[in-house]
Formats: sequence, C-alpha cells, structure tokens
Amino acid sequence: MKAIKTCLLLAIVTTFIGQVFASQGGVHLDKVKNNLCDKASLQRGASLYVNYCMGCHSLQFVRFNDMAKDIGIVDKKGNVLEKLVNENLNFISDKVTEPLLSAIPKKDAQAWFGVAPPDLSLVARSRGKDWLYTYLRTFYEDPQKPWGVNNMVFPDVGMPHILLSLQGVQVPVYTSIEMFDDEGKPYQKKVIDHLELKTPGTLSKEEYDKAITDLVNFLDYVGEPHKLEREKLGVWVLLFLVVFTLFAYLLKREYWKDVH
Amino acid sequence: MKNSSSGFMGWIDARFPATKMWNEHVAQYYAPKNFNFWYFFGSLALLVLVNQLLTGIWLAMFYKPSADAAFASVEYIMRDVRLGWLLRYMHEAGASFFFIVIYLHMFRGLLYGSYKKPRELVWLVGCAIYVCLLAEAFMGYLLPWGQMSFWGGKVITSLFEAIPGVGPSVVEWMRGDYNVADATLNRFFALHVVAIPLIFLLLVWMHIIALHEVGSNNPDGIEIKEKKDSEGKPLDGIPFHPYYTVKDIFGVSVFLLIFSAVVFFAPDVGGFFLEAPNFEPANPMKTPEHIAPVWYMTPYYAILRAIPDKLSGVIAMLSAVLIIFFLPWLDRSPVKSIRYRGPICKAMLVIFVISFVSLGYLGLKPPSPSRMIAAQIFSVLYFAFFLGMPIYTKIDKTKPVPERVTNK
Repeated sequence: MKAIKTCLLLAIVTTFIGQVFASQGGVHLDKVKNNLCDKASLQRGASLYVNYCMGCHSLQFVRFNDMAKDIGIVDKKGNVLEKLVNENLNFISDKVTEPLLSAIPKKDAQAWFGVAPPDLSLVARSRGKDWLYTYLRTFYEDPQKPWGVNNMVFPDVGMPHILLSLQGVQVPVYTSIEMFDDEGKPYQKKVIDHLELKTPGTLSKEEYDKAITDLVNFLDYVGEPHKLEREKLGVWVLLFLVVFTLFAYLLKREYWKDVH
Repeated sequence: MKNSSSGFMGWIDARFPATKMWNEHVAQYYAPKNFNFWYFFGSLALLVLVNQLLTGIWLAMFYKPSADAAFASVEYIMRDVRLGWLLRYMHEAGASFFFIVIYLHMFRGLLYGSYKKPRELVWLVGCAIYVCLLAEAFMGYLLPWGQMSFWGGKVITSLFEAIPGVGPSVVEWMRGDYNVADATLNRFFALHVVAIPLIFLLLVWMHIIALHEVGSNNPDGIEIKEKKDSEGKPLDGIPFHPYYTVKDIFGVSVFLLIFSAVVFFAPDVGGFFLEAPNFEPANPMKTPEHIAPVWYMTPYYAILRAIPDKLSGVIAMLSAVLIIFFLPWLDRSPVKSIRYRGPICKAMLVIFVISFVSLGYLGLKPPSPSRMIAAQIFSVLYFAFFLGMPIYTKIDKTKPVPERVTNK
C-alpha cells in the first residue's frame, strides 16, 4: 500500500514538473542554413527583395550604397559600383545614398491589406530567421481569404503570396486528431498535416527553398549589418584577453609568493 | 607612495589629502589574506559600473529621447555610428552582467554573514544600491522604445494603480500622460542618465567608505582587527595594494573574457539579454503575445503573479525586495560564516537559492496553473528563508570558530 502511495505521489510530482517545464506548443519551424559570408547568396537575396518585397516593405534603416558595399557589389578597389546598383536594385530614386523605401502610400496600403505592411529592417531579429524561412514556404490555397491564401506559421495573414509564381500553388493535406470537449467527450478535429504542391511554379521545390534561403540570408544581414565585423573583432579581443589573463595570473602568483 | 612633505606630491598633500586617502583606502588598507573566489565581485561591480557610465555617455551622444525618434536613433547607433553597435552591446550586456555580478556579490554576503555587526550599514547601503540598480535597469529598458520597452514599462507603471484610492492618479502623474508615451520616455531618460547615476555614485562611495571604516569580512567570518602585531597591523591582513590589486586584475581579465565572449558572439544571448520583440518599434495598439521583464527582474515578477489579487501581489513583490534590508537583524546566529554554522542554516540557504532561481525561471515563462502553484510554493520558501531566520539561526548548532583565518 505504501509503495502504491509513493508511486502515485511520484507520478503526480513528475507530471507537475513536466507541466511547469512544458513549452507552449507553437508551429514547428524549419531550420534555415544560411551563410552571411556567401556574397553571391546575399546578392541573389537582395535582388529577390527589391523585385518582390520592396513594393510594399521598406528597409528604412538600410541605404543602397552601404548594402551594396557589404554584399560585394564593388570593384577591385572596394568602391561601390553605383551604376550597377542604380540600374539593377534601386528602382525608387536616382541616389545611391537613399534608404530602401517602398513607394506604397501607407494609407492606401492600410485600406488594401487591412494593415500597413511593416518595415522589415529588423524582421530577422524580431521574428527570427527560422520563422521567416518557414513562413515564406508555407503559404497554401484558402479560397475563403481575401488573397486566396493562408499561412501555416502566420494564420490569417494579410499578405498575399507574392512568390506564388515561383513556388506554385500548395494545398493542405488534412489529418484528424482526437480532441476532448468540455464534457470530456472525444471528437475529431481536422488539422493540417502537411502541404502538397498542386500547381508547380517556375522553380522546383529545391530551387525555391534555395531562393528563400538567399532571401532570408539577405534579411539576416539587414537585421544586423555589422555581424561579421563583430565576430571578426571578437576573435582578436578574445585572443588578446587570453594572453593578458595569463600574464595577470603570473603577476598575481609572483606577488602572492610571500603570503602564507 | 611614501608620505612626503616635499616635491610635487608634498605640494598637493599640503592642500589636498591625496597621499593620505591613497594610503587609507588602498596602500595601507589591510584586507584579510584569505579572500576566495567570491571576493572578486566587489571590484567587478565597480568595473561594470565604469563600463555602464562610459558606454552610456557615448550612447547618449547619439540617442534621441523622443517617442518619434528613439527607435530609429538606436538603429542609427547600431548601423551608422562607427563602432556604435559595440557601445550598445557593451551597455546592454553590461546591464545583465551588472546583475550577475551584484547577485553573486550579495550571495557572498549571505554565505559569510558579511551583513552582521559591525557591517550593518555596509549592507544597508548595498541594498539601496541594488534598488537603484533595479530602477536604473527598468528605466533604461524603456529607452530603445521597442515593443517590450513599451509594454514592460506599461505593466510595471500600472502596478501603482493598485494603491487604494489614489492609484490611477499616481500612475498618470508618473507617466505624465494617460499612457506610457513621449513624456514618459523623456522623463525616464532624465532619470536614467542623470538622477539615478548621481544617487548611485553617492551610494557606492558610502558603501566603500563604510566598508573601509569597519574593515572587510572574510570567509571565516573572523574580525582580523582583533589580532594585531606590534606595529598595529592585523596579523591576518595584507595591504590591499599590491596584493588585491594584482589579484583583482586577474579577476577582471577572466571576467572580461566571459563578457567579451557574450558581447562579440552572442550579444542577445538567445533573447535572454535582449528580447526579440524589442526589435519591433513600440506599438500601443498591439499587445505582444507574452510580456516578460528581462531575467534579472523575473524572480519578483513571479512573486507578483503568484498572488491573484493585484494589491497583495504588489505588496508581496515589494516586500520581497525590502526584506533583504532587514537581514542584519533577522540573523541571530552567534557566528558569521556558513563554514561554522549548522545544517539548518546551510539547508535554508540552499532552499533560498533554489527558490530564487526557480522564481526567476517561472517569471520568464507564460503563466499556467501548474506554474502558478510552483511560483506560490517558491514564494513561500523565499519568505520563509527570511522570516524563519530569527528562529532557525538561534536553534541551529554551530562549530567553534578558529582564532585566526584559515586558508581553505
């Protein structure tokens, strides 16, 4: 009897601890494997961004020339190739020093989409790059929505699937899970299991994933332009401190020889 | 530095007690020779304070304290100001490291009974510094004007609504508006960069003067001043300079290694030091999914949430901070150091640490019924450590305290 009681108590305690540490569900996010050192990928990402995203979403904290310099649109001396930038990326002004602003009037955008499209300068930091990578790949057909699409990680999103022509049309494949209502009666609930490609786009699945990786890579760079500089400087600082710590230790040991 | 009546220092000393002060507080300040790991954190706290002051001054050169410009000016610092990102990360990580260092420094006080007679005022001033640090950190967090800045500021200021009768007017008076807004940001900036740092520096000065008046405690909890040699120097004391200056330089360099690793390789520590929603500009129309303060405040936040009634919760939260002040009079043990205390004191300290850390974890997480029960249990244990202290320290067994310090 005592053993049963102990077991029961133990079970209650472990369930309780499990509940305390339980995470709050949420959608599974795919991990993006991007590389900030890959300049070609950053350039492809920038090109995707200005062609597909910048119509609505500004990057108000990023300037064309700073961006071009960082993602490698430079000559051998490191000068920004301004003509190339203005012809291929800068569709909004004739100045290479301008920030990447969208031309959409905020008021109209609010009326058209229900919410003004946010600035994306920091989206990779506020949402996280895995979120972006998953979000941009999980639009699916939903005729009930104003733009005909819905999204797995951002349900009822106000944004149309702007990359639809590249990815193609995805439809959800449902599965049912058993749920219990308030009275404890079981019922079946339809949930999306995964998405299936109904009509292919101009890119294959692999090509599309790669394009999104490039785009997320670009947004990751945009979120913190000095990340590579930070890590590079950090290596030197740490190396210096390791040497300094060694000498500081030897100095301490020398002085403390006569303390007993 | 010798006492000299001639030369440059002689000229100075005749007009300002430079050499006298140097000797009193550094060269001839006798500290116990058996300081251990826990004694690094006092000097490290000073180091972080200097870091916060210097990086803060430079940040204030570029930061704009207005609701319209604050967020953009922080991004200007992060992108366009040369090495601005480094200043900002050092300041932001410095805030969290300030709390890490201060918590370990305070824990040292708990371990070795450093708050006990004759160091009650050292402890009280130290507690006041801690409260200042909490206020400073809270106000500083509003300045980037991100989502967590705004909503965190809103949640914390709205706690004062619980004051019976005048609550809502007090909150309006604090915010300077009906909501956390431009006026709030402006006044928090003034308090963050001028008022609190001034009080802070005054308190730190008092903390050190009070400490040097009574002398440092040590891991054995023995008064080294009771055993002196023929020259009147404590037998177990060594001059702070050069012995502890060189030792602290070593401590500082190890600290800087860890600090730099964070600043350069993980400045937001996975959302722990810099919360992800704070990279979105403040939006009074959009509540974030989950509002949590930064980690160093979450133990108190968990205590607040553990009590369903708002006023009682606020009182419990404030009591949790204020009760620390009373430690010197709650502890009735005849010995100072944990080394010579009995099993009950040791167990209570372990329970206290577990409670504090657990409350910190629970305060970070969204609430749930099980977490609420857990927070209630740990809140009770937190207070039991303090309120039970007059009893358990008195009945607990003690070991004999040695005459002279030991080198363990």
